[in-house]
Amino acid sequence: MSQTSVSYLEYQGKYKGILGWILSTDHKRIGLLYLYTIVSFFLVGATLGLLMKLELIAPGRTIMDAQTYNAFFTLHGITMIFLVVIPGIPAIFGNFFLPIMIGAKDVSFPRLNLLSWWLYVIGAAIAISSQFLGSGPPDTGWTFYAPYSLRVPTNVLSAVLGAFVLGFSSILTGINFITTMHRMKAPGMKWMKMPLFPWSLYATGWIQILATPIIGITLLMIVAERLFKIGFFDPSLGGDPLLYQHLFWIYSHPAVYIMILPAMGVISEIIPTFARKTIFGYSAIVISSFGIAFIGYFVWGHHMFAAGMSARSLWFFSLLTFIVAIPSAIKVFNWVATLYKGSINVQTPLYWALSFIFVFLIGGLSGLFLGSLAVDVHLTDTAFVVGHFHFIVFGGMGYAFMAAIHYWFPKIYGRMYDKSWANTGWLIFFMGFLALYFTMFYLGMKGQPRRTYDYFEEYHSGNIISSLGAIVMLFGLAIIIINLVRSARHGEKAPADPWGGKTLEWTIPSPPPIENFEEIPEITHDPYDYK
Amino acid sequence: MEHTLTIQHRDDDASRIGMWLFIFTELFLFAGLFLVFAVYRVKYYEGFHLAAKELNVTVGTINSIILLLSGMTMGIAYLAIQKAKNKLTLAMLGITILLGIIFLVNKYFEWSVKFEHGLYPGSPELISLSKGDVMFFGLYFFMTGLHALHLIAGLILIVIVFGAVIRGRVHSTKYALLENCSLYWHLVDLVWLFLFPLFYLIN
Ligand SMILES: [Cu+2]
Repeated sequence: MSQTSVSYLEYQGKYKGILGWILSTDHKRIGLLYLYTIVSFFLVGATLGLLMKLELIAPGRTIMDAQTYNAFFTLHGITMIFLVVIPGIPAIFGNFFLPIMIGAKDVSFPRLNLLSWWLYVIGAAIAISSQFLGSGPPDTGWTFYAPYSLRVPTNVLSAVLGAFVLGFSSILTGINFITTMHRMKAPGMKWMKMPLFPWSLYATGWIQILATPIIGITLLMIVAERLFKIGFFDPSLGGDPLLYQHLFWIYSHPAVYIMILPAMGVISEIIPTFARKTIFGYSAIVISSFGIAFIGYFVWGHHMFAAGMSARSLWFFSLLTFIVAIPSAIKVFNWVATLYKGSINVQTPLYWALSFIFVFLIGGLSGLFLGSLAVDVHLTDTAFVVGHFHFIVFGGMGYAFMAAIHYWFPKIYGRMYDKSWANTGWLIFFMGFLALYFTMFYLGMKGQPRRTYDYFEEYHSGNIISSLGAIVMLFGLAIIIINLVRSARHGEKAPADPWGGKTLEWTIPSPPPIENFEEIPEITHDPYDYK
Repeated sequence: MEHTLTIQHRDDDASRIGMWLFIFTELFLFAGLFLVFAVYRVKYYEGFHLAAKELNVTVGTINSIILLLSGMTMGIAYLAIQKAKNKLTLAMLGITILLGIIFLVNKYFEWSVKFEHGLYPGSPELISLSKGDVMFFGLYFFMTGLHALHLIAGLILIVIVFGAVIRGRVHSTKYALLENCSLYWHLVDLVWLFLFPLFYLIN
């Protein structure tokens, strides 16, 4: 065996053992570093979520007091948004598969890539330290709304600083990916021959670069305000708390697309493979990604309909919110049209992809309720909002993540998981998910407020269903994780192309050799060539 | 690092693209601040005008000229390295560093005068003034402070490039590092050219 054909898992570089991982500049190893750290944080966030649902299983105090509940939903939000969902798919699967899918040996800046992971770990450590240092865990929610976040004695500072460092990590990843796609596509791979997952990362990269600095500067202003009493957002010093909300959402709405665009990219890979058919409307999918990225920049105001805005801006933001739904809907049509008359091969990744389309549709349509001004006034700050964004963010990014890990697992580890356990896990998870979040729409319409550890008796039955759903869902999750962890070591050996995929990652051995390709391939045909 | 196997071929275009993307990020970072400035300028129109009179236009003008000059010397260094005039490059980089330091020293004295007059965030004197004053000086310290931090980062970068030229790592056919450094320095320049009229010349 020549040196270059050793798999990246076995390759012995300058450093041995764990150092060979945490100091590795190989994009595949960095992808796995992200996988392990992000999944760990996900489990922390999920545990907090479960505890909150247990608190809500009955009115009044059940297992925790109000302050603990506030701290829990804050940490749950910070962990899930900044540590899991935003970096999730790009940092794990983007790192691992972007270079392979465009026929490159690595990203453009491998050392910068490693630095991004380290910044991620440092940012995470700072954010988590807020729980233990200073005067108690923050209780502001992940949104850090001023002026509350400026005045509470709890340890908002390190949470905000942590988010700042994480943003920096995200920006560097975006820069790295965009440069890689500009410079390292294999010969013959024109832009419009690039697979759709890299395309989605390209659009995401631009949002990371152009939107993240806005939250960066906003968080720095919070820091300056808390440390030096500069009155940016504190009304007693002449500041405007609404301006904080504007700045926060100028980033945080596009951030939803940092989460969802790569997810859509994953689905666009999986559907053609399991329909054994060329993707329908390749260019429409590419263009709609940029439509989403661009329009998504101008809809942030829909988070502030009840906060106070002029009638004209209300109208403007509502209209644009409806318009931004169109490119997402285009993609849904494309996926469904790809399945039409395909010879469908039903496997675990496809189950996840199809359920993604289902929950994403519900999430998207419920978003239109919130985007209409009159309805939103009724639904603001209710459980409906919580249901909506869990359908979008968890149902979107989370399901795509699951689809991705089940799709690429044999390539990453060179082993196949147990398919029947994987399908069982999916079914239980899916049922639990629907019970957990669908009831929230109902409870929210009935008026149950969000972010409150207590509620009136009339919401009791709905909350029981929701909390039981959470338990079922985590049970399904446990099956999925145990199955994957076991199979990574003991699963059957996987062939190079277990699904009959056509993109470049399926042309190389599983697990990939350290250099990815013996020889850089020449691209002569379209990415989804199923003729 | 570990990647000894890979033939790490040099890609100057990649580093150029990467740097430009980073500059975009930086521009948006400051753009967020300029937005905040604009909002409060409208809200506290009178207050900002009066507060701006407290700033020393002469020092501000001198500092602007210093930064413009440093942008020019940086540009000459960039041209010189391509013509293999390493000595000229080093001299120009040296002057750029010097000008940057002079800028910071001026800034230091400017800030300390404000502190003496009690015009700093959180001071009892400032709080007793109008909200427009409070906001103006809050923004002044935050924005010029952030700019100064960027300038310091730029200086560190130039020192690194300086060392690289001496050790022959940057030369007439391999100057991407110097080019990126000069791009960054021009960003620092550019941001100041917006800060100066906004704070010093609005009265
Ligand atoms: Cu939004």
